[in-house]
Amino acid sequence: MTTSRSGDEPLLKVSSVSKYYGTRIGCENVSFELWPGEVLAVVGESGSGKTTLLNCLSTRLMPTSGTVSYRMRDGIFRDLYRMSEAERRFLMRTDWGFVHQNPADGLRMTVSAGANVGERLMAIGDRHYGNIRATASDWLGRVEIPGDRIDDEPRAFSGGMRQRLQIARNLVTGPRLVFMDEPTGGLDVSVQARLLDLLRGLVHDMGLAAIVVTHDLAVARLLSHRMIVMKDGHVVETGLTDRILDDPHAPYTQLLVSSILQV
Amino acid sequence: MPTPLVVSEVAKTFTMHLRGGVRLPVVVNVSFSVGAGECAVLGGPSGAGKSSILKMVYGNYSADEGQIIIKHDHGLIDLVTATPRTVLAVRRDTIGYVSQFLRTVPRVPAIDVVAEPLSARGVSTTEARDRAAALLSRLNLPERLWSLPPATFSGGEQQRVNIARGFITNHPILLLDEPTASLDKTNREVVIEMIDEKKKAGTALLGIFHDQEVREAVADRIIDVTQFAPGKAAA
Amino acid sequence: MSTGTIARYNFAYLDEQTKRMIRRAILKGIAIPGYQVPFASREMPMPYGWGTGGVQVTASVIGPGDVLKVIDQGADDTTNAVSIRAFFQKVAEVAVTTHTGEATIIQTRHRIPEKPLQEGQILVYQVPIPEPLRFLEPRETETRKMHALEEYGLMHVKLYEDIAKHGHIATTYAYPVKVEGRYVMDPSPTPKFDNPKMHMSPALQLFGAGREKRIYAIPPYTRVESLDFEDHPFEIQKFDQPCALCGGTDVYLDEVILDDRGGRMFVCSDTDHCEERREAGHTGHMSEEAAQ
Repeated sequence: MTTSRSGDEPLLKVSSVSKYYGTRIGCENVSFELWPGEVLAVVGESGSGKTTLLNCLSTRLMPTSGTVSYRMRDGIFRDLYRMSEAERRFLMRTDWGFVHQNPADGLRMTVSAGANVGERLMAIGDRHYGNIRATASDWLGRVEIPGDRIDDEPRAFSGGMRQRLQIARNLVTGPRLVFMDEPTGGLDVSVQARLLDLLRGLVHDMGLAAIVVTHDLAVARLLSHRMIVMKDGHVVETGLTDRILDDPHAPYTQLLVSSILQV
Repeated sequence: MPTPLVVSEVAKTFTMHLRGGVRLPVVVNVSFSVGAGECAVLGGPSGAGKSSILKMVYGNYSADEGQIIIKHDHGLIDLVTATPRTVLAVRRDTIGYVSQFLRTVPRVPAIDVVAEPLSARGVSTTEARDRAAALLSRLNLPERLWSLPPATFSGGEQQRVNIARGFITNHPILLLDEPTASLDKTNREVVIEMIDEKKKAGTALLGIFHDQEVREAVADRIIDVTQFAPGKAAA
Repeated sequence: MSTGTIARYNFAYLDEQTKRMIRRAILKGIAIPGYQVPFASREMPMPYGWGTGGVQVTASVIGPGDVLKVIDQGADDTTNAVSIRAFFQKVAEVAVTTHTGEATIIQTRHRIPEKPLQEGQILVYQVPIPEPLRFLEPRETETRKMHALEEYGLMHVKLYEDIAKHGHIATTYAYPVKVEGRYVMDPSPTPKFDNPKMHMSPALQLFGAGREKRIYAIPPYTRVESLDFEDHPFEIQKFDQPCALCGGTDVYLDEVILDDRGGRMFVCSDTDHCEERREAGHTGHMSEEAAQ
């Protein structure tokens, strides 16, 4: 068996993914590959199909056609939709993360912050309370949540803090791929900046691959290496983030870029 | 390889879809090469396309035609047709860039902005920061600024951060877009020295310098960009 | 009124088809220890919350030769125990007893007898809420998936929260257990003190929840392990004093208020056990006074 450096192999292979709702197009014919450590931004406005695409990629929504293959830790590519539900759910809990736009959708609001972070560890079999708590505490520090809030419920947290908790909850099992749906949507600007910077640092430190759906080009500029621009369910442009933002080719991309308000 | 960078028959046109699809040709038939240890300067008036050529060499702008051949990772790469992933690898390992304006990331201290190209290559944080500190000292950036994010720095201070970031690695090719525009004489001298050191180390430098004094001090040859103007028939 | 015109009950009240349905559910439960089997719970002549699940299970397994004991919180003489025992005497005409050792079927609410059970005995538990995950995950669709996919992290989250809030696992009854290393089960609101008795018991243990319409089972000699953390292992309650009447230690004690001056005594919750010990000559420090 020939061995290739794992850096040569993509982590996710998306091939002609389409999702139709009757005759309505959710997204159509999307293909790309994602390598470890790469952040891909999926940019578009409302109705572009970016969230549909994200859901198709993260097994939350079954595509009408196309395949999504993921390279498991043993190096074998598996077609996500040919896996059993148990395997998919296990993947979601260990190797993947999903950061929702509304942190309440990605947290257990009535359970303490520490338990929120520790849940995935307990789900994969960790049985030492002290260690679980220490790991949770460490992660709260990494996402800049004060340590004395470990026993507080997220109901008592601000939006930015909830979002950071959601990130910690997702990253505690060291996932290799994180999906993010408008991670800074709805947050105050100063809070956004802090969160983006945190995300940037974590993605870099942990070598994460990420797919970030956003309508905000500044978020794309800051977080992503590559970008795909979507309109009406189709990919209209794809390439390096800075190239697309500085030298946009497609008419729609030029419109988007020129629409950014300068501060 | 004695000629790390070869640009061959590159052309670029902007199509402004928002203005009814009007086409603005920028450059055609751009061909030149830069040898190891030499500093080639792109010369010509504003708007002639100097910055665009530099950005195409960095992959920041796309080229419509032609080839940009660089030596990368024991092989030759054509940047014009390279995949985004390849371009990222090239930027990490082979081509450095001192841009005209520093695009800052919120909250990252200046010293880490400078150290980042080294950390991206796996150098330890401590070592990367040490080397960043050395460069910033050399460029006379006050130490009290090192731990601050550069967003609030003056133009000259930001530029020095930019320069340090571009010079910190040992990339075989270094692109310089107006690196001394906001600097005083002392620091201009420092940059001239640094460029000289890079040349001696075998780096191929391609730059734009409006400052005549600096240009004369560093340029080994001038590439007149007006010869690539659209509308001029190729000889 | 003569009995000629009064409706006669089928043996043990339930019709034979219903018993078959419940027995099938029981067999399925035995085949998959700890798994909650849905069943079509019937209307019983007592309201929900009064043991209809347990009664239906007992009615389906009882035969004319059985000897039935019914306890409620360990006692044979509370209202519920007395009514249910009388019910079966009427509709099944079976022999009844208060002695654990003599019974073939023991229906219980919230306690396991102190006396170790034997092969051939059946213990039928009355269960209010069969789903151990319910309080943390209200969606039935989710809890079913969690059981099916063995996703029990949430159960430990509950225990974690206990330790974070109280310094120890504060759950003292209905303490969740893992059966045969696979299904997490609610043992019904028995005190955690009783959990070890479920493990490797020679008896057959059946659980019936009438309102929630679930039956589950633990076959004899099955592993039943209480959930815990490595650094916070499961511990049963300890009592400072022995039973005031029989001097029994290592038994679960009830607190009995004696007067309005704060007088109290702690006595065996299992009345049969206490009586047996006293008959054998054991005494506690309150024996003489209680005898007055």
